[in-house]
This record gives sequence, structure tokens and C-alpha cells, in this order.
Amino acid sequence: MDYIKALKNGVLDENPAFVQLLGMCPTLAVTTSAINGMGMGAATTAVLLGSNLVISLLRKVIPDKIRIPAFIVVIATFVTIIDMFMNAFAYDLYRSLGLFIPLIVVNCLILGRAESFASKNAPLPSIVDGLGMGVGFTLALTILGMVRELFGAGSIFGFSLFGEAFKPALVMILPPGAFIALGLLIALINVVTRKHDPKKGV
Amino acid sequence: MNNRLVATSSPHIVSKETTTTVMLDVIIALVPAAIAGMYYFGISSALVMALAVGSAVGTEAAIQKITKQKVTINDLSAVITGLLLGMNLPPSVPWWMPIIGSFVAISIGKQVFGGIGNNFINPALAGRAFLVASWPVEMTFWVNPGAAPDTVAAATPLGLINTSPESLQPLSDLILGRIPGCIGETSALLLLVGGGYLIYRKVITWRIPVAYIGTVAVIALVYGGFDFTYAGYHVFGGGLMLGAIFMATDYSSSPVTARGKIIYGIGAGLLTMLIRLFSTLPEGVTYSILFMNVAAPLIEKYTAPRVFGTGGVKK
Repeated sequence: MDYIKALKNGVLDENPAFVQLLGMCPTLAVTTSAINGMGMGAATTAVLLGSNLVISLLRKVIPDKIRIPAFIVVIATFVTIIDMFMNAFAYDLYRSLGLFIPLIVVNCLILGRAESFASKNAPLPSIVDGLGMGVGFTLALTILGMVRELFGAGSIFGFSLFGEAFKPALVMILPPGAFIALGLLIALINVVTRKHDPKKGV
Repeated sequence: MNNRLVATSSPHIVSKETTTTVMLDVIIALVPAAIAGMYYFGISSALVMALAVGSAVGTEAAIQKITKQKVTINDLSAVITGLLLGMNLPPSVPWWMPIIGSFVAISIGKQVFGGIGNNFINPALAGRAFLVASWPVEMTFWVNPGAAPDTVAAATPLGLINTSPESLQPLSDLILGRIPGCIGETSALLLLVGGGYLIYRKVITWRIPVAYIGTVAVIALVYGGFDFTYAGYHVFGGGLMLGAIFMATDYSSSPVTARGKIIYGIGAGLLTMLIRLFSTLPEGVTYSILFMNVAAPLIEKYTAPRVFGTGGVKK
């Protein structure tokens, strides 16, 4: 198993948010600022690491027919831990992410990795896979949050970049701005990474 | 030799009509209302419209240059998008808002989806919706006609009709355009003249505007207890005329079938009145047309006429 390649796969080639378009609900809903995107990415990564490890360890014990409920129980356990952990140690972030922390349970990225990778592979590769996907997801959400915060509030990570005269485009931190920013970012990434050519198909 | 045989497939009759001539007709139809806007709101409104047109044409040319497409600004469609957006802005907006609005309208509303003929929503309204959501204060600051911009905030008739009907402007002012509002939306009469010209030139059909305005009129009549003055304010006030005649009839974002056009117009009218009567917004033309734009493919699917020679035998 090539661990470097597995990491690169999660961050670039199969980036969960920008390429696979998994976990769109948190991607679109919480990225109103860079710090929110980063916090959601980190929480998701923590859950993903835990669930990938445990599911990989239990992969020979879990009966095939009830694997989805079993995965969900494992994932929900880690989400509850993260939820309580953030409530105790990162209260501001906990407040601003709100409902979306418990909703990590239904993030299809996590269930997707459990189903397609952790349930078929040994613990160590599963952790590396979870790390790659988690970092990729965190990066994507942070970039999206930075873009939206920059245009929608005139700041990045809370630091105001422009003077008082700058009037930010409020729409970018409203729901339509999430779709516009994500669509344009995906288009940009396709142009840069895959030499997208409309005349040749892809 | 002129009598050479030409072997081509049908159609054989070629019309002189091109995209450019159609767009030119729309511009001609818009000019009276635009001039009325300048007359009522002063030279600054001309600047707003000019900036919007300039930015729309510049954005279209720049995007087509960068993506190595044929530059098609000579078809005048970008001019119309810019002009419509400018006419849909309050006269007192800061100078950078028409520029950003037109940029968004052409880039996100049109070119991203493939340029002219491929936009699924009206680009000018997409730009306007972007501006309203981004800068709600500037986009709802109205001034009285004749007053200098940035002076005293005034209320539009649709704003007053729900809050303080006793201070409403007379209905004749709405028809002539002597009311606060967007630059190009106030003069109902001149917009109707423009609409008549477009129908006469067969650029648009009567179906969408008549269905749209008719629905609004009927709902306003019923809701207002058959008070014709009340219904008049809903028909002649706000952006209804501009929207129903010039924006809802955009070719690529409205249904092509005759029955579909009627359904589309009625749907837009219903949504407009729903927003005007039961929401916190005084006006709903922008969102109702955008909503019906999205519904247009579905309407076309269910109103497509049966192809001749297909289908079963009648029993």
C-alpha cells in the first residue's frame, strides 16, 4: 500500500467535496466563514479517522446484511464524542456550527469510506485513507469558506482586509453564494487540474 | 447566372430577421421608457444605465476572448441585458453597483451556461437578484422623481398600499411614471407602447404578457373586493410591466409552446401576487419570473404538441 499515494488521492484526485461531491450539506451550509469551514472539516476528519479504524477492526465480525446499521452506530458514537468534546473545549465553534455537528452522522462521505474502503481493508490503510479524505474535505471547506468570507464579509479568518468603504456582497455568505462559489471553484479546479477542453468532451 | 439550380434541404425561404435585428427591436421598444426614466430621475440615471450596458458588453467580450470563443457582442444581446439591468435599478445606486450587477448577469447568468440561447434564467434578473441579496439597503432606496439622488427616501406605491394607503400617489402618476421606483419601471404607458411595438413586429407574442398581467389584475380585483383602483395600483405599480413585457418573454428562458406560454404567464402572475400580498417584500416580479424560468423546461415537457403521425388510432 502506497501511503503517499493514498493521501494524495484523498486531497487531490478524489477530493470528497470538489471531485466526488460528497457531503454537500455541510459543504454548502457551514462555509459562511473560513473558520467555520475549517472547524467542520476538522470535526469530520476526527469522526472519519475513528470510524474507519473501528469499522476496519470489526470488518470480519459485522454480518454483511446489517452492515449499514452497524456502520451508523459506530459513526454515531464518534459524532457524539466529538459533539461533547467541542461543547467542552471549542464552545464558540460549537455554537456557530450548531445543528451541523450531530448531522455529521449522515455525512455520506463517512459512510462512503466505511462502505467502500474500511470494511475491506486493514486498519492502518483505513486510517491513512481516512486521513487523506479528511484533509481533502477540510481543505475544500476551508478554501470555500475563505472565498465566501472574502467576498461576503470582506475578511479572512475574521481579519478585515478592506477599509470601511468596502461594502461586501452579502449574498456570498447567504445560501445562493454557497452554490455560486462552489460551482465556480469546481470549474476552476477542473480547468487547472484536468486541462478541461469542451471540444474534446473532458 | 441567377437561374442556377440550388440543391439544399428545406427551409428554402430565408428571412431577413437575424439575432441582431430582433435585439435592435427590443432596444427600440425599451428606449421610450428609458428616456422617461432619465426625464424623471435626472442625468445620474443615464449614467447608471450606461455603466450597466458598458459593463455587460465588456464582460461578454472579455469572457469570450479569454475562453477563445467568437466574440458576439455585435448581436446586441449583451446591450439588452445591461440596459434591462440598468432600468431595474433604483436611480440612486452607487456607480459600482450596475458594473458588478452586469458582470454577474453576463458571467454567471449567461456565459457560464454557454452564452446566448443557453441561459436557463433571465441574465438581467439574475444580476438584479444578486444585487438585491447583496446590498438590500441600496437596492431599496427610492427617491421622488425630480429630486436629486441621495436626498430623501420616498416610498413606492406598492410599498404604501399595504402600510399607508392614504398617502398613495394618484393612479395617473403610476401610468405616466411620476412615482418613485426603478429607473425604467415607472412609466407603465411607455412600457405598454414598447410592448405593442414588439408584438406588432412579432418579436414577442401576446401570450406571456397578457397571461401574466391578466392574472395579476384578476387576483388583485378579487383580493381587493372588486375595487378597480386597488387593482390598478397592482397592475401599473412596481416592475410588473417591465417584467411581463421585456423579461418574462426572454426566448431561451421561457417556454416555446403556445399553451406553455399561457401557463408560464399565469404562474408568474400567481407568484407575484403571492409575494406582494403575503410576504414581507412589497414587490415580487423578479423572484416570480426567475422561479418560472426554472419551471419552463417542465412546462414545455407537458405542453409539447403531439407530433403529427405519432400516437395510437382513435377507437
